[in-house]
Amino acid sequence: MSKLSIPVGKDDHLQGDPAAACVLVEYGDYQCPSCGQAYPIMKRLQKHFGKRLAFVFRNFPLTQLHPWAEPAAEAAEFAGAHGKFWQMHDLLYENQQQLGESLLLELSDTLDLSSSQLLTAVAEHTYQEKVKADFRGGVRSGVNGTPTFFINGIRHDASYDFATLTAAVESVLP
Amino acid sequence: MANILPPGTAAPDFSLHITPDQKLSLSELRGQPVILAFYPADWSPVCGDQMALYNEILPDFQKYRAELIGISVDGVWCHAAFAKDRNLHFPLAADFEPKGEVSRAYGAYRPKDGVSERALFVIDKNGVIAWSYCSPIAVNPGADGILQALENLPK
Repeated sequence: MSKLSIPVGKDDHLQGDPAAACVLVEYGDYQCPSCGQAYPIMKRLQKHFGKRLAFVFRNFPLTQLHPWAEPAAEAAEFAGAHGKFWQMHDLLYENQQQLGESLLLELSDTLDLSSSQLLTAVAEHTYQEKVKADFRGGVRSGVNGTPTFFINGIRHDASYDFATLTAAVESVLP
Repeated sequence: MANILPPGTAAPDFSLHITPDQKLSLSELRGQPVILAFYPADWSPVCGDQMALYNEILPDFQKYRAELIGISVDGVWCHAAFAKDRNLHFPLAADFEPKGEVSRAYGAYRPKDGVSERALFVIDKNGVIAWSYCSPIAVNPGADGILQALENLPK
């Protein structure tokens, strides 16, 4: 059974209470269509479980398969450095079909971020190390593709549809 | 699940096509670690794909001077199209004729389905299997086991 080798900590992007009874970690890629399908399911799960569920997103861009995965991940980290990680994360998935440079610029405008600073950060790979650290940690934890989920630190190998994930989350709740 | 060759066994040599006019023999790689990744078929669903993951981790494998070879019963042209589509930077060997012969030699063949198991082998520089793992066919085993095995090889 694969386990999360890097515990959830202060460097993570986390929604909810870090001490929630269930912590769901997703390793995802912004250009991966399966992650795009998982995105609304995450929203539904968070709504369904409320305070009992915390959600963490970590980067796992498959750069050889998805040329915009890495720039998108770095753009989200850039937004994160300005306190807007989740807004960028959500907008990237909501507009996944249009992923590309013009979308990144458009989204930085939407979020009142400087588009020139964003472009510089992406071009100079300011946030690459953070993305790579997520990736390396994921590999060590047995992330085997995207999306990969961990529920309270244990890899979820079953399907990630709403019903299956709901049952898996319920099984760890007191 | 198949009984794959265990650690300590000499890795059976083979010579398989990796392109329509090029063959690769395991013995050519003596002196460096080799990772053999048997898998059921090219063109398995995107994203969760095991080969795409290994492609991404290739630089980490290379830190150990390890050579990665993917092996399935698909033919060379199928492998070529798959590797091009997925932008793979490591060889895919065709265990195509006699079908599955090399997979069988490693105990990693599923006669009922006519495909290779999802089986991983890390072979040391002397050609001896240092680590092996057979994953349930539907579960992509990831790369953590391979990296751990490479790390455990004597320097």
